[in-house]
Amino acid sequence: MILEVENLQTHFFTRDGVLRAVDGVSYSVGQGETLAVVGESGCGKSVSALSILRLVPQPGRIVGGGVWFEKRNLLQASEAEMRRLRGNHVSMIFQEPMTSLNPVLTIGRQIAEAVALHERASWGKAMARAAEMLRLVHIAEPEARLRMYPHQLSGGMRQRVMIAMALACRPKVLIADEPTTALDVTIQAQILELIQELKEKLGTAVILITHDLGVVAETAQRVVVLYAGRKVEEAAVGELFANPRHPYTRGLMAAIPRLNQEGRLAEIPGYVQIQAAGCSFAPRCPRASDRCRAEAPPLEEVAQGHSVACWNHA
Amino acid sequence: MGGIVLLALLVGAGLFAPLLATVDPSAVAPIKRLRPPDADFWFGTDPLGRDLYSRVLYGARVSLFVGFMVALLSTAIGLLIGLLAGFNRAADAVLMRVMDGLMSIPPILLAIALMALTRASMGNVILAITIAEVPRVTRLVRSVVLVLKDQPFVDAARAAGSRGWQIVVRHILPNCLAPLIVQATYIGASAIIIEAILSFLGAGMPPNVPSWGNVIAEGRTLFQVAPYIVIVPGIFLSLTVLAINLIGDGLRDALDPRLARRL
Repeated sequence: MILEVENLQTHFFTRDGVLRAVDGVSYSVGQGETLAVVGESGCGKSVSALSILRLVPQPGRIVGGGVWFEKRNLLQASEAEMRRLRGNHVSMIFQEPMTSLNPVLTIGRQIAEAVALHERASWGKAMARAAEMLRLVHIAEPEARLRMYPHQLSGGMRQRVMIAMALACRPKVLIADEPTTALDVTIQAQILELIQELKEKLGTAVILITHDLGVVAETAQRVVVLYAGRKVEEAAVGELFANPRHPYTRGLMAAIPRLNQEGRLAEIPGYVQIQAAGCSFAPRCPRASDRCRAEAPPLEEVAQGHSVACWNHA
Repeated sequence: MGGIVLLALLVGAGLFAPLLATVDPSAVAPIKRLRPPDADFWFGTDPLGRDLYSRVLYGARVSLFVGFMVALLSTAIGLLIGLLAGFNRAADAVLMRVMDGLMSIPPILLAIALMALTRASMGNVILAITIAEVPRVTRLVRSVVLVLKDQPFVDAARAAGSRGWQIVVRHILPNCLAPLIVQATYIGASAIIIEAILSFLGAGMPPNVPSWGNVIAEGRTLFQVAPYIVIVPGIFLSLTVLAINLIGDGLRDALDPRLARRL
């Protein structure tokens, strides 16, 4: 395992009290593997990813756990070490390709910047690498595109540029935070294919954060389902789709629209609410019992490589 | 475009004033006083017989220099303070209250008050107007920084391993530049007007300097006999400000990256 997140706890200290955005989440990803982190908005997906890079926005703070990258705990690394790591060994693709690029700099400059920063390469070399990266992400005429500004590119192109930027230093781990949410479906497929292809070519470990189970089925090997800052289920992708155990996972699967479906879309009633005691999913759970409301269920292995945190799992 | 041509003419007039002027702008000739415009004295003469044409040319020097210096200084100072205020909350609280205080006084009044503390000289005029204009720049830069620092591309830069100051220099500063340059032109124009007002009120340039404000002030009492003494420098003042504002508007459109490559 190249990157391991162990019992990570990231809390937000707001005026209204402590919000446990990530509360004891563990996951790990190996070289050349894609791990999908799934869950609805506000379940702690992005915060756990930002915690890996130690870029949690104010008033959030990592209060416990460990992030192990190549046997080193990043939570104890110095800020200078973190800077050397970010964008170099571990890099991130953000959700919004429209706003994640600086509008007043050419894309060539933006890609070359990371290279110049981390590899102390000359500007000419960095630009050559930038062109090479653009070719890698299948952008035609890379030399000409280098001189373009973000507003001259389409959304899909910008996301490709973001990927080129993230991969420019050949990172060992790529965190993709909802890389396809802002794109339409055909572009979405292209981008996922691209990430897949580059992962195989470069041997990068990918953490794919998404709320889209279709994306998961297509690209990931293992899946972690988060709910209200906790891991509720983890399994290999085939196993999870064939045999979802946690009621929340089953609800998510049921909510996928089908082509031949008629009438109302299935939904999980209610919204994410962190419970002081017991399982946070209990208020929305069809299987909830008194025990669920009193005591939080621990994560248990129910089959080889398949674990679930639920008292009444299927 | 019109603005650039107009300003270029005025700058040329100021730069080459010693060549273009027909006589020494301070040469007193009582015998020729209050001549209306004619072939010898194109814009007429003032009560001391000084050639108005030459004085207006030299006045262009004064006005444009003051405008340029104030624009430059107040932009530089305002940029620094604005960046600091935008990034540091504690500094923000203190600096912005000071700026609010300065802004609550009308800039002309503030400049007059500052001039009252020192003696009349070009350096002091520039300084006084700069102090009066800095809060405008600071507010602008601060607001741009506050918007920018929450932009995803700043997070992305941080996730790519950039340091704080690298983000400021590479990502924040270039994004501030366009509105700042536009603001600088408006400040230049407003500085020229304030300089003229200060001089007109006797709180600006020393009386021996032929600034437009001084010339107008000297012609004020004789307006009914020799209106040209007031009108000619007045027209030049208006043209200068108009030219700079036209350029500012042009720059605002040209520097918008979405409308780029038009100028």
